[in-house]
Amino acid sequence: MSDVVLEVRDLTKHFPLTKGIVFKRQVGAVRAVDGVNLTLRRGETLGVVGESGCGKSTLAKLIIGLEKPTSGEILVQGQNLARMRGSALRRARRNIQLVMQDPYTSLNPRMTVGDIVGEPFQIHPEVAPRSDRRRRVGELLELVGLSPDHINRYPHQFSGGQRQRIGIARALALRPEIIVCDEPVSALDLSIQAQVINLLERLQEELGLSYIFIAHDLSVVRHISDRVAVMYLGKIIETGVDTEIYDHPTHPYAQALLSAVPVPDPTLRGLRDQIILEGDVPSPANPPSGCRFRTRCWKAREVCVEQEPALVEREGSAHPSACHFAEERDVVHATD
Amino acid sequence: MGGPGAGGLKGLEVTPLGRYLARRLLQFVPTLLGALFILHYLMTVGIQLNGDPARAVFGDRTPSQSQLQAMQRVFGTDDPCFEQAGNPCLTVFVHRLENMAQGDFGVDSRERPVVTLIAEHAPITARLALLAILIELLVGVTAGVLAGLRGGSFWDYVVKVSTTMLVAIPIFVVGAVTQLVLGVEFGSWLKGVGAPDLLTGLFSIAYRTDQPWASLVMPAFVLASLSLATTARLTRTSLMENLRGDYVRTATAKGLTRNRVVGVHALRNSLIPVITNLGISFGNLLAGAVVTEGIFNIRGIGGLVFGAVATGEAATVVSVVTILVLVYLLCNLIIDVLYAVLDPRIRLD
Amino acid sequence: MTEQVESVISADRSAQAGIERSASLWADAWRDLRRRPVAIASAVVIVLVSSMAAFPWLWTRTDPRDCPIQLSKATPSAAHIFGTNELGCDYYAMTIYGARASIIVALVSTSLVLLVGALVGMAAGFYGGWVDSVLSRLADIFFALPFLLGALVFLSMLRSHSVWTIVLAFAVLGWPPLARIVRASVLATKNMDYVQAARSLGASDRRLLFRHILPNAAAPAIVVATILLGTYVASEATLSYLGIGLQPPEISWGIMIAQGQSYVTSGYPHLLLFPAAFLSATVLAFILLGDALRDALDPKLR
Repeated sequence: MSDVVLEVRDLTKHFPLTKGIVFKRQVGAVRAVDGVNLTLRRGETLGVVGESGCGKSTLAKLIIGLEKPTSGEILVQGQNLARMRGSALRRARRNIQLVMQDPYTSLNPRMTVGDIVGEPFQIHPEVAPRSDRRRRVGELLELVGLSPDHINRYPHQFSGGQRQRIGIARALALRPEIIVCDEPVSALDLSIQAQVINLLERLQEELGLSYIFIAHDLSVVRHISDRVAVMYLGKIIETGVDTEIYDHPTHPYAQALLSAVPVPDPTLRGLRDQIILEGDVPSPANPPSGCRFRTRCWKAREVCVEQEPALVEREGSAHPSACHFAEERDVVHATD
Repeated sequence: MGGPGAGGLKGLEVTPLGRYLARRLLQFVPTLLGALFILHYLMTVGIQLNGDPARAVFGDRTPSQSQLQAMQRVFGTDDPCFEQAGNPCLTVFVHRLENMAQGDFGVDSRERPVVTLIAEHAPITARLALLAILIELLVGVTAGVLAGLRGGSFWDYVVKVSTTMLVAIPIFVVGAVTQLVLGVEFGSWLKGVGAPDLLTGLFSIAYRTDQPWASLVMPAFVLASLSLATTARLTRTSLMENLRGDYVRTATAKGLTRNRVVGVHALRNSLIPVITNLGISFGNLLAGAVVTEGIFNIRGIGGLVFGAVATGEAATVVSVVTILVLVYLLCNLIIDVLYAVLDPRIRLD
Repeated sequence: MTEQVESVISADRSAQAGIERSASLWADAWRDLRRRPVAIASAVVIVLVSSMAAFPWLWTRTDPRDCPIQLSKATPSAAHIFGTNELGCDYYAMTIYGARASIIVALVSTSLVLLVGALVGMAAGFYGGWVDSVLSRLADIFFALPFLLGALVFLSMLRSHSVWTIVLAFAVLGWPPLARIVRASVLATKNMDYVQAARSLGASDRRLLFRHILPNAAAPAIVVATILLGTYVASEATLSYLGIGLQPPEISWGIMIAQGQSYVTSGYPHLLLFPAAFLSATVLAFILLGDALRDALDPKLR
């Protein structure tokens, strides 16, 4: 299992804040992603969770190459994607593909399904000879559970779930090893969500794909992920195998987040240890010193202001946790 | 939906407004210089391609060398750059800018300063524009209210069709036909029956100095026609929108009469976009005034321009248009700044 | 589980219904336009006037420049259905031949303005940054010149006025509004998810622009261009009427109206009314078609 397909090292993305009427000068930066480390192995799903605005989507854009990082490395097959340009970047991109959140806006309304799914072949003509493309598009549609007869239809003739399948087919066209799923089901109805998740799992098994699965819905992430990383204000604050995170969270923020997940068993209602956070998420343009969570944390002490806690295994935590006072607390199950 | 003016003077202390004003002023300078340069460049290219306008003044006569040079000095075309095609004559432009800053906009072929000419002709144009704005407001708002009170009614249909016509039919056709029907047919009938001077003045086919206001009414109608259509349509849509608004329903529920609901509540809010449009259309009014004066042969600023075109005094045309553009840009600037100060809802970014 | 199946079935059914409903925005708009009598009437007028411009001999065998002076200012009759002008030229033939100048000026100016405006707007919207700043500022400067005043200065500088000098004036002064519209719609489209998706696939800028952004941003530009056709027909006639556009012996509705107007007082209103009617109908047709197109392409505005 040490077959690493993607490694992210100290990745940061700062969006400059400028001031001035004629000559813009930089007065600060929004630290959307601020020193993120990730490892993704072959055939594995890494879930990334966090509130909206915590930098999840920027992280996805950085990994996929839609944004240039301020610093840090994105290593795919030993090559640093962040440094590549031109045709080398274009070739490297074949290996990482994206599935977007909103199936209603992620497909060009003026292109047929055949054109949409076949576009990767037009951009990377070396992947498939022209004569073979139509057949391949048909195969891809079949692979994601759509009829190849639909090849000449337009996106608006499909339902949301079907559109997301088209988006997945497009992402699969170049036979990538890695697929970044940026909230791939949150725009869908609940019943359709399950179908798409099942499809993603089946494809992973059949094709040996690795997923980075970004979502704010913790139960969906738990269902599909092998490992989970929790993000807060541009940083990963806790990471580990899914059962470790879900059953034994040690960072106060992760605990708060998990305590808010609804559980299906009504007898547990009111018996759980619910944590309600106070205050708002601080601005990423001016994050707190030391631990970023300290402004809302009930455990905060002097040391949290002065020292930034590293993401490491600690006394109270068997998996990496960025809290000086990491300690287990069961928030998912009933307290008694 | 709050009323305008609430943010008023207090807004000046807020930095976004100050920043907006500073940016707007800073944008004004290059825009102004750019527009002036385009006018200058058009003239330069024209002279380089077609020869010196100083020569054209003499018509068929061949001027002596000294006569020609004197005229070139008058027009400011004595710089050798005017003989080199493609030369933008930047030194001349800078020189012109310096002169303009001192209020000197050049002279015509009879060495009368253009500024004096403008001052002589401006009152008529100002009267024409003022009348047009009044007509635009009175007729436009009335038509808009008639149409907007009940969508789909007979009046709504009439206003819709007539405004479409007004937008689509060129202003000079409207002018010419108005002249034919009202001026010639009706006007001569009026004269025949011996109507009072004021009435014949109203329907006169040309400007009459003895009726400085009445004889401008018909041209003002023609000038107003285009923005009048926009005003009517804007009033209609915004009145209809406001009549559907929650606060109108509240007012009706309180038991206010229909007249009061429409007059005091809905109409007042509906007029905000109409007034905004009035500000924007001022520039079109200025350009339209030149055309209208051409149609009705009115000796205002437009008449001045056409006179200069007819006698080939290109330099005078450019000088007059330059002043018009200056006025137009200044008006736009003032309107923008006023809105930023008066309407707290405006987006400043 | 049954719920899932049901929802899939119903989704599939609605997808089936979708095929009959519409194939694309343009097909929708086309269907919508065919149901509007105003749009059809406008299109008919435009086709008729265009045929006058392209093949005037389809409409009349009379040469508008063959003018027996003894026929001066004849009122409409069977031989000369629109009468004759002061030189004895057949007024019907003149009116037919007058379409050509209007249509050429309108078509060529609009094409040029569309080309320049689209290129500038695309570059400004797509590349942003300093490219946008420079181009937008340039557009502002040209915007500061009221259109007719600018054209007036331009033309008063030139000694010979042909159709082409008028086209040049319109093209030089007319592109900024179009550039603004294209820039706005490119800006709105460029951050759409499907453009981001294509970018993440490694698509080139050219591909993004021409395959993804332009087709989706073109609708407003086409609507404005249709209305511009009408505006330019009107502007050409206005300038010719004022004596700074085309000049006799060229035949233009604007010149005919100007000359006809001087005989109005002496009892020959037909010299004014026939060209005025043709001109108004043409402008009206373009503008109404543009309006209808706008409604058809943007259902939100209905």
